[in-house]
Amino acid sequence: MASKFTVSNRTGWLMAGPAVLLIAGFVILPFFLAIGFSFTNQRLVSPNPTEFTGLENYRQLLGVTTLTLEPVRDEAGAVVMKDGAPEYPSLRSLTRNNPDRPDLAGMREWFNFSTGGDSRTYVLARDVVFMKAIVNTFIFVIVVAPVQAGLALGLALLINQRLRGINVFRAIYFMPVVVSIVVVSLLWRLIYDGQSGLLNNLLGTISFGLIPPVDWLGNPSTALGSIIAMSIWQAVGFHMVIWLSGLQTISPTLYEAAAIEGASKWQVFRYITWPGLRNTAVLILIVITMQAFGLFAQIDVMTNGGPLDSTQTIVFQAIERGYGKQDISGGSAISVILFVIVLSISLIQRWLTREKS
Amino acid sequence: MALISADNRGLRLATRYAVLGLIAVIFVFPLVFMVMSSLKPDQQLLQDSGNLRAFLPVGDISLNNYTAAFQRAPVATFVFNSVLVTGVTVLLSLLICSAAGFAFVFVNWKGRGVLLSILLATLILPFETIAIPMLLMVAHLPWIGTEGITWGWLNSYHVQIIPFIADGLTVFLFVQYFKDLPGELIEAARVEGASWGQIYRRIVMPLSGPILATAAILKFLVMYNQYLWPLMVTQEEGYRPVMVGLQYFFQLNVAWGEVMAYLSLITVPVLAFYLYLQKAFIASIASTGVKG
Repeated sequence: MASKFTVSNRTGWLMAGPAVLLIAGFVILPFFLAIGFSFTNQRLVSPNPTEFTGLENYRQLLGVTTLTLEPVRDEAGAVVMKDGAPEYPSLRSLTRNNPDRPDLAGMREWFNFSTGGDSRTYVLARDVVFMKAIVNTFIFVIVVAPVQAGLALGLALLINQRLRGINVFRAIYFMPVVVSIVVVSLLWRLIYDGQSGLLNNLLGTISFGLIPPVDWLGNPSTALGSIIAMSIWQAVGFHMVIWLSGLQTISPTLYEAAAIEGASKWQVFRYITWPGLRNTAVLILIVITMQAFGLFAQIDVMTNGGPLDSTQTIVFQAIERGYGKQDISGGSAISVILFVIVLSISLIQRWLTREKS
Repeated sequence: MALISADNRGLRLATRYAVLGLIAVIFVFPLVFMVMSSLKPDQQLLQDSGNLRAFLPVGDISLNNYTAAFQRAPVATFVFNSVLVTGVTVLLSLLICSAAGFAFVFVNWKGRGVLLSILLATLILPFETIAIPMLLMVAHLPWIGTEGITWGWLNSYHVQIIPFIADGLTVFLFVQYFKDLPGELIEAARVEGASWGQIYRRIVMPLSGPILATAAILKFLVMYNQYLWPLMVTQEEGYRPVMVGLQYFFQLNVAWGEVMAYLSLITVPVLAFYLYLQKAFIASIASTGVKG
């Protein structure tokens, strides 16, 4: 459109310049700094000069290997049993100062599984906590993205009906979105409390005391799930509104035509509503995924990564290292890893949902 | 026959409202619980959480928790800091991002296409991935203040404001909006000899009410609710905003009454503001979805 107007380089730069400079300085530059720092041993404050260390940070974070061990046998060749299970050589003898296996130095057991016969395979990682953080983050994203998008769509369809006072309900469903996630997290800490928590009392009352109280955030098997439920509660209204604006772009004449043809409710959804929401669906999926990978405040306020690292996340690890331990290079390397993950996933999502022509 | 169908309609309507109402309860109960608890002494608060009294202002009701919260932490300072940082950032952001949007849409200049695509590409950079290197960066930046040149931005207001003034999304929203304005209007003004500054101030800005509201609301929500960044860059309580101030309340023995008082204090004004401008808030979130 602008081609119709006179060329004015000076005005263009003068007006766009401040925004361009700020974004270059505070978004683009830090991003390249993250890549740069991740190849060094940069610290926030350090008496020693920064050195180039190549891929060392990535090797520390992502080093994973497997090790298959045969059980210990006595002179006769029989498996030595200990507490009713075969005994295996200690991992420590391999990972600590073992001149034969310098590649295993400093690694720790992540998990192990039996691999046929008596042998057992150990998966070792150089940074077990970071591995758990990656797994937890992926679990969070894989649960939150479809559940939150689905619930948000359900709410949007509910709110999209013509009823008196429907706007009141829309306003209420959206309310948690304007409340800070930090406030929400602290509030839910009391709701999830093991002794006097609202949730335990509620469950106890409706089950007539059959459901015993659970320490939702203090139990490794429920902590992440509790954080997932709360996060969905807080953000679902956001995506409900985006679905709603998608719904309102669908032409009412299509619905009228369907009514004349006598289409069922499901048919209307399947052949009119859903195809009309295609672009919205792609956008919502990408936005939720990006937001979910940033999981931090809930962890910082509610669990600090515990219990037993069951709620460690990638960003929490990045902040703990980069800020807590002032290890800028380690934190930067984690940031780069996160960026690569987010970028690959959104490219995959785009490819999977591309228009097939 | 007719009677039965009328009854059915009434029943179906009632069911609809019941479903809507039940869902509404799920969304409001924690917030009601928060405000009610802030009025109760700790012991009663914990006892009440076993029954419906948790959601009612009953028993030993007072504002004691609020007084105690003010004694525990410099609450007034936190609120002042948040309002200052949020207000200044929102205003500067509207000015700078709208000017950029104007330049990208109406002015023809070299480099505009490339720069706009670069700005849009920054949308896929989550803030979390740049926070750590930015921390090191701001720790070494120069600043010219009343004491001459100083190094390092930590513990200041500007470290909380300047990085957040311009962002790809805000510029993009202005670009989208300006594209739909009648271009002939601007062309005619140019022909009549109006300067770019005059066109921006007298023609485009007066037509931009809705987009200014949208951009302001989005920026307000981001800035007021900031946590990670101020946590890292403000060690001195004199510069800390309300969300970081929360840390004063979750120490070893959590005094839940005071926590709830502080949470209510920093949340209820925002909720009131939201309920007052509800349509604008929802419209601004909806507009972030009108992409591609």
